[in-house]
Amino acid sequence: MKQKTSAVIISQKEIAPGIFDMLLKTDLAKEAHAGQFVGVYPHDKSTLLPRPISICEADSENASLRLVYRVAGKGTAEFSKCSAGDSLDIIGILGNGYDIRPLLEKKIVLMGGGIGIPPMLELAKELKAHGTEAVSVLGYRDSQTFLKEDFEESSKLYIASEDGSVGTKGNVMNAMEAEGLVADIICACGPMPMLRAIKKYAAEKGIPAYISLEEHMACGVGACLGCVVKTKEIDHHSHVNNARICTDGPVFLAEDVEI
Amino acid sequence: MKTEIEIAGVKWKNPVTVGSGTFGSGMEYGEFVDLSRLGAVTTKGVANIPWPGNPTPRVTEVYGGMLNAIGLQNPGIDVFCERDLKFLEDYDTRVIVNVCGKSIQDYVDVVERLSDEKRVDMLEINVSCPNVKEGAIAFGQKTEALTEITKEIKKHAKQPVIMKLSPNVTDIAEMARAAEAAGADAISLINTITGMKIDISKRTFALANKTGGMSGPAIKPVAVRMVYQAAQAVKIPIIGMGGISTAEDALEFILAGATAVAVGAANFVNPYATIEVIEGIEDYMRRNKVEDIKELIGAVK
Repeated sequence: MKQKTSAVIISQKEIAPGIFDMLLKTDLAKEAHAGQFVGVYPHDKSTLLPRPISICEADSENASLRLVYRVAGKGTAEFSKCSAGDSLDIIGILGNGYDIRPLLEKKIVLMGGGIGIPPMLELAKELKAHGTEAVSVLGYRDSQTFLKEDFEESSKLYIASEDGSVGTKGNVMNAMEAEGLVADIICACGPMPMLRAIKKYAAEKGIPAYISLEEHMACGVGACLGCVVKTKEIDHHSHVNNARICTDGPVFLAEDVEI
Repeated sequence: MKTEIEIAGVKWKNPVTVGSGTFGSGMEYGEFVDLSRLGAVTTKGVANIPWPGNPTPRVTEVYGGMLNAIGLQNPGIDVFCERDLKFLEDYDTRVIVNVCGKSIQDYVDVVERLSDEKRVDMLEINVSCPNVKEGAIAFGQKTEALTEITKEIKKHAKQPVIMKLSPNVTDIAEMARAAEAAGADAISLINTITGMKIDISKRTFALANKTGGMSGPAIKPVAVRMVYQAAQAVKIPIIGMGGISTAEDALEFILAGATAVAVGAANFVNPYATIEVIEGIEDYMRRNKVEDIKELIGAVK
């Protein structure tokens, strides 16, 4: 059941310039799965709306959620200044997330680009917990390879960097080719050009690609119809080929959406 | 202590509803609040056929509020009746259906389609959405157009008609009087205020539609003023809205002359806002020994 609740910050640190790693104590973690997100509310009432932030790790035993986010505006700038012991209001758990059953015992390639990297970690961990070790291909700008060690623990990791300082020079698709990687299914989160390239690649190879989309959101629960994506088929809510990213997504089969 | 109010013969258990478009048909927020506690659920605008709405980005935040340019995406009246009205059958609350259209005939089609729907208690006619090119606000900015559409809808409507007015006018009192004279049973105001935001780093508009409707706490003083002016101008009941987040906000509107109030964008900020407003009004009444909420309507001195 979705709820708005207060969560206490267990810890927070900057793990790369402008990229923050926050651990929150909340029972919502018990319902959280890979691909889902929470809305985090700024304290400053001039910034009203919840900030959608993907779940990097969910630990149901310890009731903790790990959020790794980039400072992108006023809201996230405020979060980055919070310390252990401070509280934040959050709403969740939001979004459809991954159904991992069809992913088990397949060659899964997880692709993350930039701040699209964090949500792939929980997916890698859930797959590994179910006996399927995925291949991760992560695209960074430079040598600031945040979350590298976490991905190494739960998947076989390949890296691409735009400046060539680590791994393959270029993007995740370049790394895929350079390393001769083959996938039965791709799961990806990252900037739109990357997702478009993956959609095209998956169509050429005839394989499914699941992609996580983002859009400006207001309610986060499917009521306001602010965050929509054009869909190939008629969507079930409004019947107009516009699905709600916050509730029908954020994870979509690439061939189902027009991006 | 009596919180019941009556608008055009329809009794609500309390004066709190939601702003159309901020609450869907209640399905999504039903996870957070018991819809039967609301005085009424006002559904998102519905047209005679499905509307796809505007391109994204459709929403953006501004200081103390937000802009939206959804463009009235909706599934059309057939799906609405089969799914949304059916869903609302299980709840003990009034149902106000917000109706939109591009032409007068579009509105009339929807109003006629709803005439036999038992679950519909009232109609709210959206002549004030600033985000669609045809219809909507075009009927809500000139008294002649407002008069014509109100009269036409009244000819066909079986349920009481609430005309939802736009704040994007020179004289709100004149618009309120035109709606009343044309036969409206009630008016609701304000819809959103047309605004714009520019991203200076990209030198682009924040919204694909360029302009959007502003809502949220920042617009409340404008809304309270307009509700007061409308209340001075007409005798028909007013549903007041615009930036209501708390019971204190709601009480300002009631004291200004609103018989009922709607919680809008605040639902996005606090999904429990409607219930907190209802409980806060009751608490205010207890503390101030107000026996009947009607004592507060228009009671500003």
